[in-house]
Amino acid sequence: MADAALELLTEQVRAAHADKTPLNICGGNTKAFYGEAPRGQTLDVRALRGISSYEPSELVVTVRAGTPLAELEAVLAEQGQCLAFEPPRFGPTSTVGGMVSAGLAGPSRAAAGGVRDHVLGATLLNGRGELMSFGGQVMKNVAGYDVSRLLVGAMGVLGLVCELSLKVLPLATASATLRFELDEEEALRRLNTWGGQPLPVNASAWWNGMLVLRLSGAAAAVQSAVARLGGELVDPALAASFWAGLRDHRDEFFTSAQVAVAGGATLWRLSLPQTAPATALPGEHLVEWGGAQRWVTTTASGATLRELAQRLGGHATAFRGNKAGGALAPLSAPLARIHRNLKTAFDPEHIFNPGRLYADL
Amino acid sequence: MTAHTPAPARAEPAQSETTRAEPAQSDTPLAAPAQLDIKLAGPPPAERAARQAQVLAALAPLLPAHALLYRHEDTVPYECDGLTAYRQMPLLVALPETEGQVAAVLKACHGLGVPVVARGAGTGLSGGAMPHALGVTLSLAKFNQILKVDALARTADVQCGVRNLAISEAAAPLGLYYAPDPSSQIACTIGGNVAENSGGVHCLKYGLTLHNVLRVRGFTADGEAVEFGGHALDAPGLDLLAVLVGSEGMLAVTTEVTVKLCPKPQLARCIMASFDDMRQAGDAVAAIIAAGIIPAGLEMMDKPMTAAVEDFVHAGYDLDAAAILLCESDGTPEEVAEEIGRMEAVLRGCGATALTVSENEAQRLRFWSGRKNAFPASGRISPDYMCMDSTIPRKRLADILAAIAQMEIKYGLRCCNVFHAGDGNLHPLILFDANDPDQMHRCELFGADILETSVAMGGTVTGEHGVGVEKLSSMCVQFSAAEREQMLAIKRAFDPAGGLNPGKVIPTLQRCAEYGRMHVKKGLLPFAELERF
Repeated sequence: MADAALELLTEQVRAAHADKTPLNICGGNTKAFYGEAPRGQTLDVRALRGISSYEPSELVVTVRAGTPLAELEAVLAEQGQCLAFEPPRFGPTSTVGGMVSAGLAGPSRAAAGGVRDHVLGATLLNGRGELMSFGGQVMKNVAGYDVSRLLVGAMGVLGLVCELSLKVLPLATASATLRFELDEEEALRRLNTWGGQPLPVNASAWWNGMLVLRLSGAAAAVQSAVARLGGELVDPALAASFWAGLRDHRDEFFTSAQVAVAGGATLWRLSLPQTAPATALPGEHLVEWGGAQRWVTTTASGATLRELAQRLGGHATAFRGNKAGGALAPLSAPLARIHRNLKTAFDPEHIFNPGRLYADL
Repeated sequence: MTAHTPAPARAEPAQSETTRAEPAQSDTPLAAPAQLDIKLAGPPPAERAARQAQVLAALAPLLPAHALLYRHEDTVPYECDGLTAYRQMPLLVALPETEGQVAAVLKACHGLGVPVVARGAGTGLSGGAMPHALGVTLSLAKFNQILKVDALARTADVQCGVRNLAISEAAAPLGLYYAPDPSSQIACTIGGNVAENSGGVHCLKYGLTLHNVLRVRGFTADGEAVEFGGHALDAPGLDLLAVLVGSEGMLAVTTEVTVKLCPKPQLARCIMASFDDMRQAGDAVAAIIAAGIIPAGLEMMDKPMTAAVEDFVHAGYDLDAAAILLCESDGTPEEVAEEIGRMEAVLRGCGATALTVSENEAQRLRFWSGRKNAFPASGRISPDYMCMDSTIPRKRLADILAAIAQMEIKYGLRCCNVFHAGDGNLHPLILFDANDPDQMHRCELFGADILETSVAMGGTVTGEHGVGVEKLSSMCVQFSAAEREQMLAIKRAFDPAGGLNPGKVIPTLQRCAEYGRMHVKKGLLPFAELERF
């Protein structure tokens, strides 16, 4: 069945290449809000569905791109394993292909690595409709350029991702969540100090005067860290629901942000060096990833956000709301040129997701 | 395949951070003769001389006189990297001391259409830094400063020529270290690690170079300054850093790197386990992972390898075992105690015939001494050896060992096996005598057979040593023509004129046609009916 699905997609891509039809690659359609606005004829990849191979002792799963993320995570959980980077689920129909193409990771990102750190291989259709595989199912592989990781966060502009091999990890044997009443500066200071110590810190979130810290790892390590760090131990069920809500952007900060966005504000994602000082921007702030990811809901201008992020050594993404200045921060001249060349190298007629990453790609 | 003479000092001597510019392998006898001593044909002398004069005239105003080498005796130390079997004299060698000079050399070479081959310590094992006959070798040895170690941010900004180990040494007083630890870490540079995506014995738990580098600053082929990644955890747009790492100097020239530093584990302990059956040992590796344990290191040696290293280091290895596993845990004392207990239970359950847990640091280092000396130990029991570097899925460990045992009979040569078992990365060492042309030939066939068998088992022709010039032909087996063409197109996207390290990593269609072996379909997708060009 699925092979017929791939043949059909291949035909559709080749036809689009021949008559230069723009295509909007679509899985569960839960992230249409992200990046620049989708354009082109919808190309539904959900027929490419199913887990092709999974051997827990290899720590690798190979899965077709249209497989719902929830389905994959359920299969992994049965074996006591997980996607360690906790990708956000913006809805029950989110797919694995969308997860990789958006390249977004959740609360554990700073400790566990991002999406690209867990991609081992990919099979894609390029803009000519050629089926090709890069990487593989092994952890160490330096044969040729690492094309599979280049697809992460590419928003589908380089090709149609058909299948992915992902590194999976065992679920932690123990975890605990602590809560501290702290202001933003003090929270950042503590997070960075703890980060330099051999502590099992796995996730952090500061919002509205409260720092929440998740420890996870061997039971002995979690216990000794709890004893050492102090703070208030959060009930495990409550903690689990808090982290899941944060991961999926359903918690109070993000639901309030959506309301503010509806009222004209913009939700910004600032990716900064984790030691960058607290930003004095007006609006609500949520600090994640030990300080490396800062969410700001604000009506301040895009230029203000971009200038600030750059000055602090990072970049700002207009996540939801007004994207008049571009969803992503602009690129330096040499990087922009390499982006354009790569787009043409993979997709000479620019049929895949035109303008979705940057307007000129 | 990496052919070695028995000289045990394969890793280059430690270089001082400030002065040593020339590569250090000139003291190694270049004894690999016959087919493997590939002293590549250069251009006609008159053409070479004319071109050299032209390039020299263009570069001389850009660099101090001592930073430009062109006389034969000055450039001969650069004729190869750690893959000594392949040699080529460069047109000249430039040793810039500032980024401005790097940019100027690149611009000039780009203008003249002269190839540029960037070079670090020259310890690479696949010929990635082998010179181009009509090209400039750009030695970055003088970029040897650690610019900043930020304890709070847990990062270090270093120039590309800083040695891997020097980063950890600089970070040690802060309780931090740089995790990737290739065996050449005493000599190899971070710029070379970025080019090769170097691994080490701890990468199962701590990742490869890719996972530990945040930012690379450098220059495009035409000399324009460029920065990939940044001090944040991600950068806008395509993840160009991910493709730059491991690109073997073909996409840009690296001059500065920001690496992540990790807190030093309080304690590490190692289990040495014996097995009287290779398959059981292979299964034990899978069982450890299946139990939800990610060891800090998980290495395997077979019986011939164990005998060779025991004779060399006297670590007290079990010489009766068919295979020995080294399984390490690190972390807080409580974590290590808990994990060692779980590891012991799994290994016993898998039929380990003996288990010893290191009681102190000296004993732990003794356990590792044999593993870390596997290559020189092989040099003591055979005139020459050839090191392979393929990776296979862990579950196929026992299968590939059985296949290699069959190949030993087929090719009439012995093979010692040492593995990064946790990653499925194999380093079979084929023992041969390079003075016997027939043995040389059989050794080459044996090596190619291992690589092709690894690909057929779902693996790859190189886990950590890179393609360089050495595995160009094997790339024809692993990748289809369309896949290779896509990679060449990536090269052109970064370097349209093709001036950076041309001829490495991605074989041309013609070369693959001449090699004459079919691309082995990786079977990621079972679409045999689709044409793959």
